[in-house]
Amino acid sequence: MYDGGKVITGLIIGVILLALPLWWNLGAEEKKLDIKLPKKEKKCVEANMRPNHMQVLDLWRDSVVRTANRYYINENGRKFEMSLQKTCMSENCHARKTEFCDQCHDYTAVEPYCWDCHIPPKEPKETM
Amino acid sequence: MGVDRRKFLKIAGISALGVAAKPAASVFAKDMGSFTPSETILHLFDKPLGFAPGQALTATRWAMVVNVKAVDEEIANACQAACHKIHNVPDIENPKHEIKWIWSDNYENVFTDQEHELIMDDLKELPFLSLCNHCYDPPCVRVCPTKATFKRETDGIVVMDMHRCIGCRFCMAACPYGSRSFNWVDPREYINEEEQNMDYPTRMKGVVEKCNFCAELLAEGRIPRCVEVAQELSREKGKEPALVFGDLDDPDSEVRKLLRSRYSLRRKPTLGTNPNVYYIV
Repeated sequence: MYDGGKVITGLIIGVILLALPLWWNLGAEEKKLDIKLPKKEKKCVEANMRPNHMQVLDLWRDSVVRTANRYYINENGRKFEMSLQKTCMSENCHARKTEFCDQCHDYTAVEPYCWDCHIPPKEPKETM
Repeated sequence: MGVDRRKFLKIAGISALGVAAKPAASVFAKDMGSFTPSETILHLFDKPLGFAPGQALTATRWAMVVNVKAVDEEIANACQAACHKIHNVPDIENPKHEIKWIWSDNYENVFTDQEHELIMDDLKELPFLSLCNHCYDPPCVRVCPTKATFKRETDGIVVMDMHRCIGCRFCMAACPYGSRSFNWVDPREYINEEEQNMDYPTRMKGVVEKCNFCAELLAEGRIPRCVEVAQELSREKGKEPALVFGDLDDPDSEVRKLLRSRYSLRRKPTLGTNPNVYYIV
């Protein structure tokens, strides 16, 4: 192999650089999500919302806007008004966006555009 | 002396009550700490808290009648303010950026094809409330490439799905009534955060918006806000109701009665859009 030393050195440097995100964060403390679940309501609209909430929200939005059906009946026969602002984010449930939605969305760098239009509930500004 | 029948029944009754009360009390005690009694009852019956489904108003063809002679400056302004408040419509001064769902204009701008220079004096002076006509054959719907604006099959209201609007403004070009506004700037900067309606969203920069005949209030069993406000003010002033709302397909509805008995106009009827907003002059 011609210039074997240089090639191998280059490859090693390349691999180290490519793995930069891995070793850079080595030993760094794992970020803990601080999700606060509602104190009042104990049952969400459906089970297993963490992976599926987007499907539920999508269904709700199409139902309300396109078919004007505003009420949702879940598996247990419980009836809800399909409204992000009025039901999900109500006083009794996820009244604080920063303590619920933002926790995971920020962590996974997901930026859903819900809040470009929908108004999150007002939160008291706390100084840390 | 043994326990007599009467005493036995008393004791049995009280102990039965006690046995029944214990689980009931524990239900109330457990998990219900922060609930008020009425909330607890809702919870026990598996109803979400604060949930009171209203009886929705339904129709097959919603329509509005504007009684032009009963509308004065005050009523027109009150209608606009009330509508814009509950729908979080921004108040932007720059006329190029302005957003409006309902507004007042003069006769020559509203009835462009029926205007002439010698029109009656009071018609010249009166404010004409204009809004989306919720046409039976809406041209905006025909041109929308994403079906963001569509006519509801159930009641004929022309509504917008803001999630779908891509801001192409074809609908604005198609609408012959200027009922649509485009958000050139972020509307939130022009909405007072303290006064916004927390039950209704705002819009974002880059979408078109317009009157929705208060579809969200109809679902709660209320008539459109402008009609509510106008009728209240008209009653105070002892005038005929300035705005009337109802089902055009129902021959006994208030709107049909008015249209049967009074002479009415529609905006630009020759275009074939079939507006559902009528003006009695």
